[in-house]
Amino acid sequence: MVLTDNLVEIEGVEFRYDVRAVLKGIDMRFPRGQVISIMGLSGCGKTTTLKLIGGQLRPTRGVVRVGGRALHELDMHQMYALRRRMGMLFQFGALFTDMSVFDNVAFQLREHTDLSERTIRDLVLMKLNAVGLRGAQQLMPSELSGGMARRVALARAIALDPMLIMYDEPFAGLDPISLGVIGNLIRRLNDALGATSIVVTHDVQESLKIVDYVYFMSEGVVVAQGTPAQIIASDEDYVRQFVHGQMDGPVPFQYPGAPYRQDLRLEAVGG
Amino acid sequence: MDNVIVRALRYVGHIVIDGIWRLGYASRFFFLVLVRSGPSFRRFGLTVREIYFAGVLSLIIILVSGLFVGMVLGLQGYDTLQRYGSAEAVGTLVALSLVRELGPVVSALLFASRAGSAMTAEIGLMKATEQITALDMMAVDPISRIVGPRFWAGVFSMPLLAALFSAMGVFGGYLIAVVLLGVDSGAFWSQMQASVDLRNDVMNGVIKSIVFGVAVTAIALFEGYDAPPTAEGVSGATTRTVVTSSLAILALDFVLTAFMFRGI
Repeated sequence: MVLTDNLVEIEGVEFRYDVRAVLKGIDMRFPRGQVISIMGLSGCGKTTTLKLIGGQLRPTRGVVRVGGRALHELDMHQMYALRRRMGMLFQFGALFTDMSVFDNVAFQLREHTDLSERTIRDLVLMKLNAVGLRGAQQLMPSELSGGMARRVALARAIALDPMLIMYDEPFAGLDPISLGVIGNLIRRLNDALGATSIVVTHDVQESLKIVDYVYFMSEGVVVAQGTPAQIIASDEDYVRQFVHGQMDGPVPFQYPGAPYRQDLRLEAVGG
Repeated sequence: MDNVIVRALRYVGHIVIDGIWRLGYASRFFFLVLVRSGPSFRRFGLTVREIYFAGVLSLIIILVSGLFVGMVLGLQGYDTLQRYGSAEAVGTLVALSLVRELGPVVSALLFASRAGSAMTAEIGLMKATEQITALDMMAVDPISRIVGPRFWAGVFSMPLLAALFSAMGVFGGYLIAVVLLGVDSGAFWSQMQASVDLRNDVMNGVIKSIVFGVAVTAIALFEGYDAPPTAEGVSGATTRTVVTSSLAILALDFVLTAFMFRGI
């Protein structure tokens, strides 16, 4: 085991789905106590990176270390022991639809601890209070709005006070108020728990307000990295196009195809 | 011409390899369910909850179908037997048909349609909405926590449902033969009692229903767990559960009947 100030380390990681290379050799460091964002277009490999950190996938080449332990060396029991110290917020919450809000948050406490129901109740209410939904404890997931479901999922993710919290597109499909609430909660809970947070997102404006460091990915490699201030000031074409939402640039507006004149058969008519 | 043959061979080869791969994957899944069944018994409440969903909620369709099947057997049996002056034997005919064959087979087919398809859809949707992944990320083994209790609930429920189906069928036969058509009640029951053997008839029927329970539940759970995480994927998996389970029940019924009653 190698103990460093980095809770998560990714070294020379490559990953393939069958023959398709998704990650082509990436290096990342996630220091303890920080909120770090991985940004990029859909399909750039950021969710795959998150799955590698969570141990859901194993790299084709390279090493992913969490808490100094190389994930590919862990068996199922060791991996589960490590995952008890991780929390994950899924894109649409992934709440258990047959359980109430209270039971969703209590789930891990009941599965992994021998705490009394009274203690569990107190802990669950504290977690729900932290996300502002103590009053919604008896509601079912189908009765929640998208933003509320995301907050309940966040309360569930922090139920066991994890050392690492992973967020997969936490801002997707939220209204502006919910967006701000979730952004604030990510920062506040990370600082309150002394955890490390990894936020996979393509929401530039919201995430730059709350994160300490950003990795930009494109086509399976890290193309830029830095603090939010460095990213905003960056003159790299890809980062500028992404941050300012420019229509054309390194990511072209037009899907690759035959020349326009050729498609319209203007060249044939012209002679 | 050569190209057509090569394409045809490639197509057949692809189907065969895909089938073998899927069979291996299903066998591995079934093995894992058995190995990781500890929580299904240690926390029996989880299994009891699933018995309610799979078994208790299937009761209405099983009881009503059993009643009608018994009534039809009573009508058909009486019509044939009274030509030979053996109308009293209708009780025997109804009971043997139900206990040996129709009870286990029809209740298993109904169970596959009602509970099996529900299991596939539930697990498929849990997968599509990332609930299965969430469990895994929470260090809770989805096979132990979700699949195991449902599997054992199916295995426990099936023989009980088949027994209730048969009992209801015998009652239906009684209503038609004795109450409606006037067959002597004493002869109806005594002939049935004399000809239905506990070991050869009842126990063999119970064994069949246990085997069907294992097959239907395993197929339903595998199809749900393996379903592509899309609406179309879950819908296809649900259909496959009903079709594959029905064919498996009928094929297994033939094999079991051949061993049990023909002494092969």
